Amino acid sequence: MTMKNIVKKVLMMILTMVIVSFFAFLAFQIIPGDPTTKILGSEATAESVAALRAELGLDRPFFVRYFEWITNALQGDFGRSYIYNMSVSELLQGKLCVTMLLTAIAFLMIVVLSIPLGLAAASCRSPWVDRAFTVLGQLVMAVPPFFIGILLTLLCGLVLHWFDPGTFISPADDFGRSVVYLLYPALAIALPRVAMTMKMLRSSIGGEMNKDYVRTAYSRGNTRLATLYRHVLRNAVVPTVAFLAMTAADIVAGSVIIEQVFAISGIGRLLLTSISNRDFPVVQAIVVILALVVVLVNFLADILNQRLDPRLRLQ
Amino acid sequence: MLEIHDLHIRFHDADHEAVRGIDLTVDTGEIVGLVGESGSGKTVTAMVISSLMPLNKAAVTGAVLLDGEDLLKLDEKSMRKKQGSDISVVFQEPMTAMNPVMRIGPQVEEALRVHTDLPKTERRQRALQALRDVDLDNVEELYNKYPHQLSGGMLQRVMIAAAIVSEPKLLLADEPTTALDVTIQAQILELLQRLNRERGMSILFISHNLNVVRKLCSRVAVMEKGLIVEQGDTEQVFREPRAPYTQRLIAAIPTRKKLW
Repeated sequence: MTMKNIVKKVLMMILTMVIVSFFAFLAFQIIPGDPTTKILGSEATAESVAALRAELGLDRPFFVRYFEWITNALQGDFGRSYIYNMSVSELLQGKLCVTMLLTAIAFLMIVVLSIPLGLAAASCRSPWVDRAFTVLGQLVMAVPPFFIGILLTLLCGLVLHWFDPGTFISPADDFGRSVVYLLYPALAIALPRVAMTMKMLRSSIGGEMNKDYVRTAYSRGNTRLATLYRHVLRNAVVPTVAFLAMTAADIVAGSVIIEQVFAISGIGRLLLTSISNRDFPVVQAIVVILALVVVLVNFLADILNQRLDPRLRLQ
Repeated sequence: MLEIHDLHIRFHDADHEAVRGIDLTVDTGEIVGLVGESGSGKTVTAMVISSLMPLNKAAVTGAVLLDGEDLLKLDEKSMRKKQGSDISVVFQEPMTAMNPVMRIGPQVEEALRVHTDLPKTERRQRALQALRDVDLDNVEELYNKYPHQLSGGMLQRVMIAAAIVSEPKLLLADEPTTALDVTIQAQILELLQRLNRERGMSILFISHNLNVVRKLCSRVAVMEKGLIVEQGDTEQVFREPRAPYTQRLIAAIPTRKKLW
C-alpha cells in the first residue's frame, strides 16, 4: 500500500472516531434520565440538584462540554465516574484487559477453526460429510452464544469439572489460569461465528472453483487439491477476511452478554450497570474504545486484503 | 500425431449428443482449424482432448489418440501428466483465464513446476525465455507483475508463453483472438504461425472466424450440430465448398466487394 493510501485511510479513521465520539456524547444528553437523580435519589431538592449539576459541569453548554471531554480524552483522561469514586481510566483499566483478552481468544478460535474447516469441507467431495457439516453448522448458528455458554458451564464446569464456574481470576493476578477460564466463554462466542465463517469460505471457494483461471490451472496438470491451495484459496479468502473484520464488532458485543453468563468482571458488566446508573463518562469512554477497536480491526483487514489481492491496491 | 476416431459426447442433462461421432487428425507440425458456430460442438471437443471435461458431466466414447495412446483410456493420474506437458491450451479470455492474485512469472512457469523437478532458478530462466519467445519486452519486470497491470493482448501472449514453456506436442487454441481487437489479433496469429514454423508445434485452432482460419491453417474441419460436415485443405474448402453449411458460412463472410 502506498503512503498516500495509508494517510487517506488514517484520516478516514480519525473522521469516523470524531463522529462516533460526538454521537456517543450526544446520545446521553438526549436519552431520558439524569445522573443527578440517580446519585441524589428522586426526593432531592431543586437546590441540591442544581448544585450537583454545577459540580459535575452539566450546567454548561453542550458543545463546551463536548470539546472539553474530547480534548481530555485524547490525553487519555475520560473524566471521573459519577458513581464510583475513581477516574474512568482507572475503572476501565483492568476490565478492558479482560474483555480484550476474551475477544482476542474468541477471534483466534474463529480464525484457527473456521479456515481449515472451510477448506476441508470444500475439498471433501463426499456428499455425506458435506451434509454433516451443513447440519452441524445450522445447529451451531441457530443457538445463541449465551445459551452455548450455559451448556458449556453445565457440561464442562459442573459435570466434567474442567473449570470452576464463577471463579474467574483477573489476568493480572494469574494469566495462565485466567486464560484457561476464558477458553470456555470464548468458545461460546466463537462457535456460531466459526460455523458462519466456514460457510462463507466454503461458498466463496465454490464460487471461485467455477472461474476460468481454475480451468487454466487444471489445464496445466494441477490436481484438484493443488488447484484449491495454490490458486483458489487466496482468492476465496479475501471476502472472508472482510467478513471476519465485520464480525469483530459482534464479537465484542457478544462478550458483553457472555461475561454475565460466566461471571467475568469485564467491560460488559460495567457497561450495563453504567447505562442504568446514567454514569455517562464511563459509558462514553466504553463506546469510544469499542468503536476504536472496530475501526482498527477494519483497517488491519483492509491492509491484509490489499496484500492478498493486488487489484485492491489500486485506487 | 493427434487422431480422433468416432468421438461421441453426450451431456448427462441433455437429450441429444453434443458431438455425434467425429473423426479428425492433426499431423506433426500442422495447424488445423476447427470452425463452426457456437453450439456446434467445437469447444466441447477441445475440452475432451485436453481432458478438461468433468467426467461426471458427460459420457464420452470413441478414441482420442495422441501418438497412438488413447487419452480417453488413461486414469486420472496419467492424464494429469499429459495436461500442460504434452497438450497445452490457450483460452479465449486472457483476462479471466489468469489467476488475478498470482504474479505473471509463477503462472508462466507453472507447467514446469507441476511436471518437472527443475530448480526454481532454472524454471525462472525458462519462463523468462518463453516470455521473450512471444515477443514481450522487459521480461524481468513483467515476471513480477500481476495480470490486471497488463493489456489483453499482452496477457494473451503471456498465456501463450505459459502454454509453450513446457514445449508441448500439441497446442489447443480455443478462440484465442476472439476477445482481442483486430490489430492485436493479427499479431497473435503471426506469433502462432511463427511458433508453429520454428518449433514444429502442432496447433488445433478453434474459431468461428473464417478469415482468421483461412490465414492461419493449412487444413480445416467444419463442424455443424456435432458433426464434421466438411474437412480438407483450407484453400480448397474455401474455393470449392461442398457442404451446404460451409457454403452458407463462406457466403456470410463480409467482403468489401459486396458494398460496391
